[in-house]
Amino acid sequence: MREKSMNNELLEIKNLEIQYVTDEEVVQAVNGIDLTLKRGESLGLVGETGAGKTTTALAILKLLPRYTGKIKNGSIILDGMDILKTSEERMRKIRGNRVSMIFQDPMTSLNPVFSVRNQIAEVLKLHKEYESGEAINDEIAGILELVGIPRIRMHEYPFQFSGGMKQRVMIAIAIACRPQLLIADEPTTALDVTIQAQVLNRIRNLKKEINSSMLLITHDLGVVASICDSVAIMYAGEIVEYGTLEDVFKPENKHHPYTDGLFGSIPNLTVKSNRLNPIEGLMPDPTDLPEGCKFHPRCPKCTERCREGVIPEAKNGSHRIKCVLYRNGDLRGRNDV
Amino acid sequence: MSMILLECKNLKKYFDTPYGTLHAVDNVNLSVKKGKTLGIVGESGCGKSTLGRTILRLLPPTSGEVLFEGKNLFEMNEKQMHEMRKQMQIIFQDPYSSLNPRKTVYQTISEPLRVHKICRTSNEIDLRVRELMEIVGLAERFENSYPHEMDGGRRQRIGIARALSLDPQFIICDEPVSALDVSIQAQILNLMMDLQETMNLTYLFITHDLSVVKHISTEIAVMYLGQIVEKAPSDELFEKPLHPYTKALLKAIPIPALDYRDKHLDILTGEVSSPIDPRPGCRFAPRCPNAFKACTEADPSLNEKSPQHFVACYLYGNI
Repeated sequence: MREKSMNNELLEIKNLEIQYVTDEEVVQAVNGIDLTLKRGESLGLVGETGAGKTTTALAILKLLPRYTGKIKNGSIILDGMDILKTSEERMRKIRGNRVSMIFQDPMTSLNPVFSVRNQIAEVLKLHKEYESGEAINDEIAGILELVGIPRIRMHEYPFQFSGGMKQRVMIAIAIACRPQLLIADEPTTALDVTIQAQVLNRIRNLKKEINSSMLLITHDLGVVASICDSVAIMYAGEIVEYGTLEDVFKPENKHHPYTDGLFGSIPNLTVKSNRLNPIEGLMPDPTDLPEGCKFHPRCPKCTERCREGVIPEAKNGSHRIKCVLYRNGDLRGRNDV
Repeated sequence: MSMILLECKNLKKYFDTPYGTLHAVDNVNLSVKKGKTLGIVGESGCGKSTLGRTILRLLPPTSGEVLFEGKNLFEMNEKQMHEMRKQMQIIFQDPYSSLNPRKTVYQTISEPLRVHKICRTSNEIDLRVRELMEIVGLAERFENSYPHEMDGGRRQRIGIARALSLDPQFIICDEPVSALDVSIQAQILNLMMDLQETMNLTYLFITHDLSVVKHISTEIAVMYLGQIVEKAPSDELFEKPLHPYTKALLKAIPIPALDYRDKHLDILTGEVSSPIDPRPGCRFAPRCPNAFKACTEADPSLNEKSPQHFVACYLYGNI
């Protein structure tokens, strides 16, 4: 275990399959995904509602709902340690300490009856030892300063803060123990653009300062472009395209039809266009996923081959696309083929 | 030059709160031309939804006028207003809470037809509901479905069909796509643009999303704390923003392209101040990088800087 932790990879997810099982139905939330996150790297996990992004994040923290959430297959290796085989007792030492999460909605994820100081102190007391309350207060003041909240506001309650400030409190709680891995689940979705820019800037600087890796879950490709190093595009529980930011964002590279669809759906600020090119149809029902490629019912380039069987993954260096259109090593720019 | 369909003059909407008077909409002047779209952009709490609702008299105004085809809506009695409502409809933000969960699609879409006695026989209503469902792209099989059985995109289509049912001239769209996923958002935006072309509709499009507003609007008004700070044709606003707030807003949008990485670093600091009993002067002055003495003394007025481009800022010689 020790020698493995010297690896450059902090997080390695292999063939992860997660289902939500209820009496009536089985929801196939995550269907065999592979991900690697290097130390200090930020990975953007992009997809629409129900693509399985948050489920993946919860699995890393082992926070899936106890009775319904089932990991069917696969492994999650964090720093050489298999999360799925780790006891709950050890997990409690990891959560908030080595891996922490910024939740989506700051309005509901903070406890309204505890002061901000106490909510941050809770994490610190759980994972570290302090000599006195004063020492904790100093530490908290330092953390709050990192996220741009003055020390005097430490004893205030969440309702006294604005949305952007609350989100910064969430970030403060998440970074309190300087985690190796920071999972941010739509950290800016509930915020206004100018506040979003402030929070993103803050996250970017903090990441440099404490040198942690980040898994950023979002549906906003603009946010990904501004802070991530690599990107995974998720659709119906699968990663359909994966690569560095350049691999996925360069228009001259080859892309999965879903990625093209996503980019076509965003109104472009720089180019004047009359109509958008949306993806026709809707996300498939996760209790009844289509055979073959999950995207084929909506895909404009769908062929007979797409309707059944296992869809191969084409690779070219760091760029991976799960689509029958491409072959291994043939993913370079369309112009230089 | 196309005709002006709707005009607001010095429109004000104040709310009394235990802490003072909240200036939600403060002296707004705007006009919407027939067949065009005026986009209203602003951050949460800037009064854009209140503006929309006050225009339709869904909220009683504090003062000011709203002229629809030259007639002042605020001077009309109940009966005249009821008649007017056929001409002006609204599509709400959240397709999850703006539909009655106990009504089927058919009932929801046919209700305005019954209230306004548009169709005489139930047969006529049937035909009209089917026609509306086809227009907005809802399959006939959903006729007897309840909202909870449908996804967000389809629900928003019901909201659009309901707004269209009376054949209005003017529709206020209050963040119609912000609760939807991007791929669905694009479908709804395209639908709304198609409808505008075929039915010659006029939209007042309220949103916080600048890329959406640029896509759909012919003219854009930027709101900050109840006031319009800048108003210009869509392209002009994005190419030559004048007001420091508009500039900051445009810089803050994360653009999904490689060349824009790390480019928006000089971002706006601070937060929106309280709209309760605001001090005189430009509302944006406390956050403004270019603020000087005059900015905190009196409200700047909205002046025409170049043709069709209005700005309320002392930087542009507005004394």
